Amino acid sequence: MELICPAGTPAALRSAIEAGADAVYCGFNDETNARNFPGLNFSRDELRKGIALAHGRGKRILVAINTFPRAASVALWRRAVDDAVAAGADALIVADIGLMDYVARQHPDQRLHVSVQAAAANPDAIAFYVETFGARRVVLPRVLRVSEIAEITRETTCETEVFVFGGLCVMAEGRCSLSSYATGKSPNMQGVCSPASHVAYEETAKGTTSRLGGFTINRFAPREAAGYPTLCKGRFSTALGDGYIFEDPVSLDATTLLKGLQAAGVAALKIEGRQRGRAYIESVVRHFRRALDTLEDGSEADIASLKPFTEGQSSTLGAYRKTWR
Amino acid sequence: MSHSSATSSGPLPTIPPLLALALRPLPLLPLQLVLGGFLERILRHNPGLLDRLGEHRRARFGIKPADLPFAFIVEAAPPRLQVVRELPPGLDACVSASLANLLALVEGRVDGDALMFSRQLGIEGDMEAVLALRNAIDDARLDLAAELASVFGPLGEPARRSFELARDRLIGASREQR
Repeated sequence: MELICPAGTPAALRSAIEAGADAVYCGFNDETNARNFPGLNFSRDELRKGIALAHGRGKRILVAINTFPRAASVALWRRAVDDAVAAGADALIVADIGLMDYVARQHPDQRLHVSVQAAAANPDAIAFYVETFGARRVVLPRVLRVSEIAEITRETTCETEVFVFGGLCVMAEGRCSLSSYATGKSPNMQGVCSPASHVAYEETAKGTTSRLGGFTINRFAPREAAGYPTLCKGRFSTALGDGYIFEDPVSLDATTLLKGLQAAGVAALKIEGRQRGRAYIESVVRHFRRALDTLEDGSEADIASLKPFTEGQSSTLGAYRKTWR
Repeated sequence: MSHSSATSSGPLPTIPPLLALALRPLPLLPLQLVLGGFLERILRHNPGLLDRLGEHRRARFGIKPADLPFAFIVEAAPPRLQVVRELPPGLDACVSASLANLLALVEGRVDGDALMFSRQLGIEGDMEAVLALRNAIDDARLDLAAELASVFGPLGEPARRSFELARDRLIGASREQR
């Protein structure tokens, strides 16, 4: 299985390659990708240099152009496609069917991956992308059991890629409007979930209060582990009491499921976290490189080593091992 | 320069309170002069830092080492560093953590989000400016020992060795090299 690793900066790209990535995914520094945060991402020149570095080491670069173009600004997304192709991207990760159509028509030889943002979660939907746009791989949404992934992979003619570590969306990707409701900006359109411009932290004697777009979404006691300031991981007071009503702040860690994913026929494993620092990239990529290299040995991976990098200092197998239905 | 993560090896140590107390009466101006020159050199050697800071390059950042009796006000454009006893109100953003964690953050040895999750990093103010600063610094792959050595001219090598010794004691030498 191929190990696909995140990079939000050229330095992180280098770190990912040095730590054992087979391929690195990244995006341009604008709203054409779903990690459009301040100080993050690649200029055209940085992408060209990153691709040259990766190809020199026998690695691949996948460019995420995975937000949904606004009606009046489609040119920005098309330019991103053209520039990524011209830079020598090994694949484009795209969510919008209009943009996939553009890729298929204008750059028929360009390898196309269906982004997780497209939420393609069944064989029929995937077949549409394969037959209509020539998609070669689909990144499956994080709402499926391993057995469902196996079934989809069996019935699908393109490769499947799944997330194995990092931030976990509890909603179907590409269809969540929580951030948009609170801030007017979303990962789907502007490339930002819980944009920093709308986040505020306040330190008080009771701990740290986090707010998003004016909504108080959590208050952490002084030593209590914290998570991202997203509504889906907010803690609210309801008639049933105080608590996390969507999901606790946890990160996905599928280290223990690698053999099952391999048996399911998955082609590639993806690590989330283009917004994370080099220390995260180095440690997490190295961990999964080692886990993959020793998959047949029967040796157990050190799961605890990744705990400091997880939201809420806690991990989950998420939907891969559903216990709630 | 490449390091392994300090975060994966557990929390970093803090300055002993007695040592912090002993530092309290020291004059701040000499430190301000040295660190101000240091900041200028870092920005000169790493022009990409300002590019990534973008519209936040003129932001005034308050940096508070939680285990030291002083703090820093840092501006990137133009480069300016002030050492103060207490951070004043009105700064664009404030970042607080132990000195070891701040140094490790600057050199990319720890992940900022991980520090936030474990409550070892406090941030207030303009979050966009904080993110831009964090990402700009992480991309710069700063080597503080090498940068410091360049400030001290002919005394650069002893300065580098002294800094590395102090940093290794604080962060842990075993955590720095693979």
